[in-house]
Amino acid sequence: MDLVTLLQILDSSVRLATPLLFACLAGLFSERAGIFDIGLEGKMLAAAFFSAAVAALTANVWIGALAGIGASLVLSAIHGLASITFRGNQLISGVAINFLAAGLTVLIAQDWFSQGGRTPSLSEFGPNARFTEITLPFADAARDSGPVGLIYSELISGHSILVYVGLLTVPLTWFILFRTRFGLRLRAVGENPAAVDTAGVSVVGLRYAAVAICGILCGLAGAYLATGLQAGFVKDMSSGRGYIALAALIFAKWRPWYALYACLLFGFLQALSLRQDAVERLTQIDVPGQLLDALPYILTVVILAGFVGKAIPPRAGGEPYVKER
Amino acid sequence: MDVMPKWADALLIPLISILIAFVLSAGVIVAIGEDPMVALNTMVQGALGSSYGWGYTLYYTTNFIFTGLAVAVAFHARMFNIGGEGQAILGGLGVALVCLYVPWPHWILALPFAIIGGALFGAAWAAVPAYLQAKRGSHIVITTIMFNFIAAALLTYVLVELLRPAGAMDPASAGFPEGTHLPTFQDMAGLFGITAFRGAPANVTFLVALLACVLVWLLIWRTRLGYEIRAYGHSEPAAVYAGISPVKIIMVAMLISGALAGMMAINNVMGEAERLVLNSVEGAGFIGIAVALMGRSHPLGVLLAALLFGFLYQGGAELSLWTNIPRELIVVIQALVILFTGALDNMVRMPLERFFLMFRKKRPAEPATAPKPDRKSTTAAE
Repeated sequence: MDLVTLLQILDSSVRLATPLLFACLAGLFSERAGIFDIGLEGKMLAAAFFSAAVAALTANVWIGALAGIGASLVLSAIHGLASITFRGNQLISGVAINFLAAGLTVLIAQDWFSQGGRTPSLSEFGPNARFTEITLPFADAARDSGPVGLIYSELISGHSILVYVGLLTVPLTWFILFRTRFGLRLRAVGENPAAVDTAGVSVVGLRYAAVAICGILCGLAGAYLATGLQAGFVKDMSSGRGYIALAALIFAKWRPWYALYACLLFGFLQALSLRQDAVERLTQIDVPGQLLDALPYILTVVILAGFVGKAIPPRAGGEPYVKER
Repeated sequence: MDVMPKWADALLIPLISILIAFVLSAGVIVAIGEDPMVALNTMVQGALGSSYGWGYTLYYTTNFIFTGLAVAVAFHARMFNIGGEGQAILGGLGVALVCLYVPWPHWILALPFAIIGGALFGAAWAAVPAYLQAKRGSHIVITTIMFNFIAAALLTYVLVELLRPAGAMDPASAGFPEGTHLPTFQDMAGLFGITAFRGAPANVTFLVALLACVLVWLLIWRTRLGYEIRAYGHSEPAAVYAGISPVKIIMVAMLISGALAGMMAINNVMGEAERLVLNSVEGAGFIGIAVALMGRSHPLGVLLAALLFGFLYQGGAELSLWTNIPRELIVVIQALVILFTGALDNMVRMPLERFFLMFRKKRPAEPATAPKPDRKSTTAAE
């Protein structure tokens, strides 16, 4: 495989890893606070639809992204209501949110655009309706100046702004969780909520805050999916990314930097399945496309099976907190 | 502490939850500019207004009974099996292999072996997540979700590369031979000289599904194994203390669950399509979750909930045919049912408990409700 092909695959790995990364960090905040969230998928899907739909209606991708975040926050609020206020089962709530998003997005898309549950292609609405690629300084000049320049111009430059935002969210998440008072309390509420309560800090408030951050990040994931990675919403376009993000979260053992590496790995696998020809040239084997499609999921199971070390979830995860017994 | 009589817990709470879900669904219909009463009328007419409609409703009901029972059995062991979809896909493969490669003289012979084939393949697909949960602690919710995706990819591969007849374009197996044709309700009504259910896919599998309900009831409440499953589901430490092996219970409960989901294939693959096609499960594995939650994990409840969803499914198909409402409305209703009967249970329960407390007399404590799945066996006391 030559350098250009490899760089192309790595380039699309970064693109494909970005929605996973946002969703994975979203899950990180939520699960570190003791709220399991398998509704990442649904929130991402809802955000994808609303960001594409509003971007199409206003021809402004930033308003679209805000609408996507708003939709994701509404679903987060439902999840918070079910799992914090009414102390319901967090897994069931997540499943319900996934179905709610899958159904409502198509229903509303059909009502608004009458195109069989999709939005019109955003490329019809002018240059501001999508997150376009940003060319970093000197990228074009560096292209011809050897391998390092090629890597800079092909791999590092030329992504949409959300890709860079996603990469910056990793150190930001690390800083919030491990260097601020809020982060300390948030992690404590996922390990031992009674202790946090005894210290006079609101468990409910902290958990709602975590769920809200989760909603914002899922919103960005969906917005990037529909307005950056692709140009518009199609039915079920999140196609399991929320679940892969969850798997990446477990793989990363609920830590931000590892989450980045895990998401890049899964993004790389997804990129490989798009470049079946390159894989076949490299391995000289006729690899079935379905195997490449299934590879991220198979790898997730292998990882979950604990063959790469034991992942210990936050101790109070999944348990509603009852103030008095 | 039980403050409510048993009938309120078993009937009133699900009914109120369904009512809320339906009212919200009606709101959704209004929001997209349609009339909910017209929609309801269309659904009732289309699903229950003729023997043809009933034939479809009962066909879908059969699917949902199997997947609902599958989720319910796992619930009793406090396992959340979201993998019904993948297990049903694999069950379809098992049924197809039995039907394609054995020259069956008559369906009476073919049916038991098809049941075994579907059940074996479904159980095998549930076995890996079950083993990983029992032995390695990998969370069963995530692994079963992953296995759904892997099953879909596997089925595509098998259909495209292996089972597709030479020269055929669409990814589907060859049609099953005549000896595997299950009698439809139309055939059965014909035996009595009645013309009904014409062209509807409901078939003898419905009776198998009813039998499965009875057998699951016997298993859960009348056998030692069922007792062990329920004991494990209520309290893992107590079950371990009583000498019940968690590994055994997780494995057995999930194998039964997978087998039930796989058996769905005798209805949709052998009974209806009579060949193996892509996406023949059509989300029935996921509807099983809603059915089991609504039915409170009891076979009778599952049967009634499956009937409701069978009606919704057929009614939804009619809706998308005659009105401007897409079929996805059913997914929304399904989500709301799961949300209100599963996750927001306490929202309905808390005010109702307060209501019953007002009229409370001295009464002995009653047994608790059916268990629900949880990531850990220790739930907070309420």
